[in-house]
Amino acid sequence: MSDLNVQAKEKYHNNFLKEVEANVEEGDWVKMCMQCGVCSGSCPFGPHWAHPPQELFMMIRAGKREEVLSSDSMWMCTSCYNCIVRCPREIPITHIMHGLANYAHRLGLAPKNQPTRHFSSLFWNNITKTGRVNELKLSLGLYFRDGLMSGMKIGMAMAGVGMGLVKAKRLNPFELLKAHGCKDTKGIHAMLKKAREIEDRRKGFTAA
Amino acid sequence: MATKEYAFYPGCSSQPGASASNYLTSVNSMCKTLDIKLNEIPDWNCCGASIGYAEGGELPRHAMNARNLALAEKELAGQPVVATCAACWLSARETKERLDHDATLKSDANEALKEAGLQYNGTAEVKHMVEVLIEDFGYEALKKPVVKPLNGMKFAGYVGCQTNRPFGIQGESFENPVYLDKLVETMGGEAVAYDQKVTCCGGALAFSEPEKAQKQIKDIVESAYDHGAEMIVTPCPLCQANVEIYQGDVNKRYGTKFNIPVLYYSQLMTLAYGGSAKEAGLDGQLIKAPQLEAFAAKK
Repeated sequence: MSDLNVQAKEKYHNNFLKEVEANVEEGDWVKMCMQCGVCSGSCPFGPHWAHPPQELFMMIRAGKREEVLSSDSMWMCTSCYNCIVRCPREIPITHIMHGLANYAHRLGLAPKNQPTRHFSSLFWNNITKTGRVNELKLSLGLYFRDGLMSGMKIGMAMAGVGMGLVKAKRLNPFELLKAHGCKDTKGIHAMLKKAREIEDRRKGFTAA
Repeated sequence: MATKEYAFYPGCSSQPGASASNYLTSVNSMCKTLDIKLNEIPDWNCCGASIGYAEGGELPRHAMNARNLALAEKELAGQPVVATCAACWLSARETKERLDHDATLKSDANEALKEAGLQYNGTAEVKHMVEVLIEDFGYEALKKPVVKPLNGMKFAGYVGCQTNRPFGIQGESFENPVYLDKLVETMGGEAVAYDQKVTCCGGALAFSEPEKAQKQIKDIVESAYDHGAEMIVTPCPLCQANVEIYQGDVNKRYGTKFNIPVLYYSQLMTLAYGGSAKEAGLDGQLIKAPQLEAFAAKK
C-alpha cells in the first residue's frame, strides 16, 4: 500500500464519505444520491459496470473504501453526461466518476492494466508535452502498450484505416518528427507544475 | 450585415493534417459566406478533453482551459470565444462555469496562470459554432445565402453527446434536440426520424474499449440505415471520426455491410451555399460521399 493511501486512510479514520467529500472532485454531492438508479439505466456502458454509479455512492456511504477505489467501474465512463442531465437531484455524476477514478489512480489503488486508465494517462502526457495533441503518437502509444509484437499486429490491422486517413490529409506521418504544438510550452509546463502543486496540497496528495 | 468577429478556438483535431482538418476547411468556407471573421486565439492549447482526468485531475485541467480564455481576454478583448469542437467547447465552458462560481478554484487557477504570465477574469463568453449560427444568425438568416438547396437528400442528424449534454444549445431538449434537423432542412435536405440521435459513440473509449464502443457505433449506423438516411451528419469531430472510421471494424465484428458517409453540418452548408467539393472538405471523407461530390460539381 502506498504511503499516500495509508496517510489518507488514517486521516479520515475510515470515514470514507468524509474522505471523498474532501478529496474527490464534486465529492460533497455523494450524500445527495437518493438511489433511484436512473444514472445506471442511462449509461451507454451500463451493463459493463460491476458497480453502477448509484451503487458506488451507497458503497462510499457504507465505507467500502478498497472495493470502490480498486473497482474498474468508474473507468467505464464515456463522458456522455447522460447521467448528469437525467439525475433528479442534478448530481454532477460524470465529474464524480472522473474524480473517483483520478483519486484511485493517484493513490495507486486503481486496477493495473485497466485500458482506459492507461489511455487517459497516455492522453494527458501526450497533450501536455507540447500543449496540443499529437494524434499519431497517441495512436502508436496505444497500439504498442503490450509490447512490440502486439503493437505490430494491431498496427497492421489498423493500417488500412491509417493509410485512408493519411490520404484524406487527416493524419500526418511526419508528426513523429515535427509535431503540432504551442509556442509557450515553457509557460504551460510551469503553469501545470504549479496547478499540480496546489491540487496535491488541497487533496492530500503530498506526503506528510 | 456587418462582419461578426469571434475569438476562435479551433482545437487540436482541426489542425492541418489532423483528424478533423476537413471540418475546419468547411467551417472557413461557411464563415466566408456568412461574413464571420474567426480570429484564432494566439497560441491556444489543448482543452484536455474529458479523458484527461486520470492524470490531469481537476485544477491542471481547468488551468489548461483558463489559459485559452485568458489569452482570448487579453489578445482579442470583447470577442466571444467560439469553438467548433464539442470537447473544446464543453471543457472551456465547464471551466468558465466552475471558476466564475468558485472563488477558491478561480484564485487557484490564477495562481497557476501567473506562471505563464496570464490572468483569467471571466469576461469572455464561450460559444459553440452551432450557437453562433442559431443564436447570432437564426435559421432565416442562414437560409438566405442558400443557392443550391440539398433537395431530395436524406440525412440522419447525429447530435451525439457533448454538444448536447450537460450544457446543450439554449432552448433544446437533451433527449430530442432538433437544431441539427432544422439546420439540414434549412439547407433544403430531408432530416429523417432518427432514434439514435443522442446515443454515445463511445467517445475516447473507442480507443481503450473498442469492442464496447463499436456496439454503440453499430446502433448509431444501423438506425440511420433503418430510417432511410443516405448520410449521417454531426456537429462533433469525435463522433464523426468514430462513426466513420470504425464502420469497417463493425462490419468485421457483426457481419454488417455498413458504408455510410458521415459529414459535418458545415460541409452541408458550404455545399448549399454553392461551395465546391474542395471548399466543403469532401476530399477528407474516409467513406466517400459520391452523391455530394456530384451535387457539388453541378452548376
